[in-house]
Parts: sequence; C-alpha cells; structure tokens
Amino acid sequence: MLDAPTSPLAFVDAIRDGLDVAMQIDPHMICYGLGVDDPKRIFGTTTGLAEKYGNGRVFDVPTSEAAMTGIAVGAALRGVRSVTVHQRLDFFLLAMDQLINSAAKWHFMFGGQRSVPIVIRLILGRGWGQGPTHSQSLHSWFAHVPGLKVVMPTNAADAKGLLLSSIFDPNPVLFLEHRWLHQAVSEVPQGDYRLPIGQARVVAPGTDITITAMSYLVPEAIRAAEMLAKHGVSCEIIDLRTIRPLDLPAVSASVQKTGRLLALDSGLPICSVASEIVAFASERHFQSLRTAPRRLTMPDHPEATSFALTRDLHPSGESIASTVSDMLALPHRFARDPKAGPHDVPGAWFKGPF
Amino acid sequence: MNALPNDPSLKLVRDMLRVRMIEEAIAREYPKGEMRCPVHLSIGQEAVAVGVGAALERTDPAVSTHRSHAHYLAKGGDLKRFYAELFGKEAGCAKGRGGSMHLIDLDVGFEGSTAIVGNTIPVGVGLALGTQVRGENAVTCIFVGDGALEEGVFFESANFAVVRKLPVLFICENNNYSVYSPIRVRQPTGRKIHEFASSIGLHSQSHDGNDVFSVAETVKAAVDDVRAGKGPAFLEFATYRWLEHCGPYYDDNLGYRPEKDVAEWKARDPIRVAEAKMQNHPGFSSDVMERWRGEIATEIDAALVFARDAAWPDTATGGDYVYA
Ligand SMILES: Cc1ncc(C[n+]2csc(CCOP(=O)(O)OP(=O)(O)O)c2C)c(N)n1
Ligand SMILES: [Mg+2]
Repeated sequence: MLDAPTSPLAFVDAIRDGLDVAMQIDPHMICYGLGVDDPKRIFGTTTGLAEKYGNGRVFDVPTSEAAMTGIAVGAALRGVRSVTVHQRLDFFLLAMDQLINSAAKWHFMFGGQRSVPIVIRLILGRGWGQGPTHSQSLHSWFAHVPGLKVVMPTNAADAKGLLLSSIFDPNPVLFLEHRWLHQAVSEVPQGDYRLPIGQARVVAPGTDITITAMSYLVPEAIRAAEMLAKHGVSCEIIDLRTIRPLDLPAVSASVQKTGRLLALDSGLPICSVASEIVAFASERHFQSLRTAPRRLTMPDHPEATSFALTRDLHPSGESIASTVSDMLALPHRFARDPKAGPHDVPGAWFKGPF
Repeated sequence: MNALPNDPSLKLVRDMLRVRMIEEAIAREYPKGEMRCPVHLSIGQEAVAVGVGAALERTDPAVSTHRSHAHYLAKGGDLKRFYAELFGKEAGCAKGRGGSMHLIDLDVGFEGSTAIVGNTIPVGVGLALGTQVRGENAVTCIFVGDGALEEGVFFESANFAVVRKLPVLFICENNNYSVYSPIRVRQPTGRKIHEFASSIGLHSQSHDGNDVFSVAETVKAAVDDVRAGKGPAFLEFATYRWLEHCGPYYDDNLGYRPEKDVAEWKARDPIRVAEAKMQNHPGFSSDVMERWRGEIATEIDAALVFARDAAWPDTATGGDYVYA
C-alpha cells in the first residue's frame, strides 16, 4: 500500500476519491446529506457520485439533522454503511440525541450485539463573517463521549486515508474537515488507501518544544516553526490527526524528549483537547517538564461576525511563535505581516460566502 | 414445553394472558429490590403488542420505547433473558448493560428499545432504509407512545419515510398520558393523532386498542399494504395503562387522572374483552384459561429462578463493549 502510485489532489478531491473507492468496495454503502447532489456538491466533495451510483445510494435529504442521524444508525444496524455530511458542524448540533444516545451507545448498551459503522462528516467554518453559529469547532464535545471516534485530518492524503479507515471502521466516526483546508493539495495514494485511526504524525522533528495541533492549526504551527527556526529554536510538531482516541504515546515520546509542551486547539479553551493533553503531560511527565505546559486556543467566547472582531481570534503562526518564544524565555515576538492578505480568509482562493 | 394453540384466536388470548402474567410477576417481585432498574409496565395495554406481534413476521425488525416489555415478548423475545436483564445479570438479553428500557432479541427481529422518548423512531426508519437499499422484503415496526409524537424527530422521520416510500409501520399506543401529563395539556384541543400523522403523508387509521382481534386484523392489513410497497403507515390505538407510569404500583391515589376513566378502562380490560368475545369459540373455555394460567405460571417461575440464579457480570467488565 505504501508503494501505491500517488497523484496530487486537493483535500476536496481526496474526499471525493475516498468516497468513490469505498462505494465501489461496499455495494450497499450510501452517502447522503443536504446538498450531496446539488449544483455545488458539498464544496466539490461529492461531485459525480450521484451520477455514478444513482439516487438509491447518493441522495439529498430533508433538512432534518436529528432524524437523518438516527436513520444512519438504523441503516447501519441493517448492514448499510453510510457517510453523511453537514456543511457546518453547527447544523449537526440538532442531532445530539441520535449521536450520543444512539450511535455512541448502541454497541455498549446491548452488550456488543450490534455495532454502528457510520461516518458523519462535519465541516468547520471560520472567518468571512461565519459568526457565532457557523464557525464552532466543538470537537472536544465529541471527544468526551466513549463510543465515538473523532478524526480531524490536515492534508489531502490523510483525509483520504482516514476517511476510508473511518468508513470501514465498525464504530461511529465523526470526520471533521476544516473549510480552510479544502484546497490544500498534497500527493495522495490512489486506490484503497487507509491510514490507521488514532495515530498522530510527527510533522517536523525538533528538540526544544513539543507543539500538538489539529486541523487548520497544523499549518499555522508549521509557519510558527519556520519563524522560530530563524532564531535557532527547534519545534517538534505533532499533528494529532485523531482526537479520540488520542495518540498519547506520541505525546509522551515527544514531551520526554523536548521537556516543553504547547498544546494548540482550534476550539475553545475550557475542557478542550488542549486541556486534556496538558493534563496528561502534567500527570505523567511532570519530571520531564522544564517549564509549565501551556495551551493556546480561541478565547473563551463565541466568534463574532465583524471583520474587526475576528482579528487575532484564532491561534496563528505569529501567536504560536510568540508563545513558544515566551516559554523559552526568549525575547522574540512576532506580528502579522501587514502585507499579508486579510486575516479572515485562508488565502486568495477563498472568496466567501461560505 | 406446552403445546401452544394453533388456532390464531386462541393464541392471541393466551399470548395476552402470558404478557399480563409476566408483568404481574414483575410487579409482585419488584419490591424485593432485586430488579434494580426503572420499569414501565404495559398492564392494560397488552392487546396492541400482542396483535402487532401476531401480524409481523419473525424477521420483520421492530424497535420500541421505555415501555417495551410487551412488545419484546409479543415479538417472541426470550423470557429468561428478559428477566435476567431486569435482574442485571450477564445472561440478560443485553448482558445487564441495558435493563428494562434497553431490550433486544435479534433472533426474533427485536432490534432494540431505548429510554429516550422518540429515540428509536429514526432508528426504525433507518432500518427500513437499510432493507430498501439491500432489496430485502421486510416491514419495520416502530412502537411509539402518544408523547413521542411531540418530539420533533417524529415529524422528521415520518417525513423522510414518506419521501422515500419506506416500508415502515408506526404503531402508536395512545394511552392519553406522558407520565402525569394528559394529552389535553400537550396537544391542541381537537387534534386527532392519526390525522396529524396523515397530514405528513402516512397512511393513517385510528382504532380501539383493547380488542386484540380487531388490532390483529387491522395490523395485518396494514402490514400487507406496507409490504406490498404502498408506503409507510401509521396506526393509532386507544388504550390505557393501569399502573403508575414507572414502577410496580397503582398510583391513582395521586388524583392525576379521573377515577371514572380508570374504572371505565379497567372494565374494558383487553383480556376480559377477549374472553367475552371467545365465549362460543371452539376450544375456548374458562377451564382452558385456567390451564394456560398454570402453564404460564410454571414458565414464569422457571424463568425467575433462572434470572435469580444467573451470574452477575464481572465488575471489571464495566468498560467492555464501548467499541466494536
Ligand atoms: C427525551 C425524553 N424526555 C423525557 C423523558 C422522560 N419520560 C420517560 S417516559 C415519558 C412519557 C412518554 O410518554 P408516551 O410517549 O406517551 O409513552 P407512555 O409512557 O405513555 O407509554 C417521559 C416524558 C425521556 N425519557 N426522554
Ligand atoms: Mg402515553
């Protein structure tokens, strides 16, 4: 599998490719969600699937998040795997009963007699005025619940590999895609390429500090590491890739080596994945830590809509680099390049509105 | 094992008697404190469960609610494993992980009951979608109470079932109450549940739920239609629970429902209604009823012994089965 030929794909195309491969492998697998066969095809992630597999397997649905989630559970009980999608995680909040009380519990509460192999794709919004209810990164909620798996890929290859593993995993998996990563291109193995769920990846080895990150904060951490490298600071960046199960052994190995930990989180600070990682490192590796571990997250309030109010809201390469510098008792501080584009878009490719 | 009657009418009566006695045994034993979980008994409502059980194929999936003992049993669920589940034993139908409100017996298509009102409604619709995708010929039965129809997910699920023409049969036991709250404080005056269901596009009817023969006939016809691909259906049955919402006792001392209603519904006890109708039926007599009572009591005693003697789950396994 490692030798499979690769081709450069954007994240969205890797998702589409992964869905296509899975639907060929499993003739009963279905794919549904609001907009899967509409003109925009969920940002291009479902392009061509309805034509190829027909309306019986790829279909648009009523705006009924709760029912459609329970329906995925029921179909799974009957041997029909599904990938459902919500264009914002925030919409999926209507489905909590079915997620927590059905999907996550079914295998447990009936003593292991039936499992619920479903994948729920949730797209995380940010910037361009997505505002309080179109931008929430609530992965920590889901990570709290035994019975769920929570995946947050960063690049196109991981997106495909983790999507295929999620689809063929016997458990319910939440698959969180950051809208700002959708156009990220990387070399993606062709065919049935699977990456194990629950394995973090060391993006860049380093010696001075461990930075754990997920989703869109991985590229920000990479930017930070580049800025710091110019000052002789060596960062080890861990892309968690999965936040339940968390790859704590990977965190252990790194923290024991570097003696410092900065845990990033794309969501809110309280009870966050970053909190969990800091707690873990403090409990397990207190002796190895040379300085107090820290978290860098959103502030503890919702994201407002106004352009002015989203400035410096999320951890950025600059704020990460400044925090690391502070932890190392170095004087360097980093500010956003005034020539860089507006802070509320990932790049020129994103013109809004969604 | 006792020979069960071949005559469908006799079987309906015996099945109702059996469900009644199984639940009466729960009410009798419950105060001993061995069944340490909430129980919602269906005493007074058995005709619906038994009529539905008779109309479904063993392989037809069914899902249900917190008040699911009768549904499980009428579908053919195993009695020993049922009691063992209430006792919290490893031999229980859910290995003691679920208790009274989480029953399952996959051998007879009982796919599960759950404790959150409305929770299994979309799950049932999903089972039906699964059968449709796989090209299987099955009718999925979803038991609901009148209260569950007030959950938004009922509308969502029914709507989708109609849009995709799924082979679903909703069975609504309208016992007029959600815990202590009568339907008149929960739904607008003049609303008829079956009309509400019909307005969503379900083929809907409303019937007496205390006459097991008419229930069985009505459900059979509906099951046939759904199986023939005519689209999802909804049957409302008027019935009444005798005991408290949750627990083994009468609670009419609390005065939350009119004494007159209780008396009228008890006079329409589904078992007595059936007995009256069976007076001249060949093979039926009060002696036969007595014989059945004896047979069922023996079966219950053995099942209770099984449940009592069964092993506890190992405490150390409390975290098992979280992931498949
Ligand atoms: C979502 C939810 N809300 C409230 C409850 C508490 N509760 C348990 S049973 C019940 C009554 C439901 O009434 P109905 O659906 O008519 O069923 P019945 O008890 O009459 O059989 C309620 C409100 C619950 N279990 N789940
Ligand atoms: Mg009720």
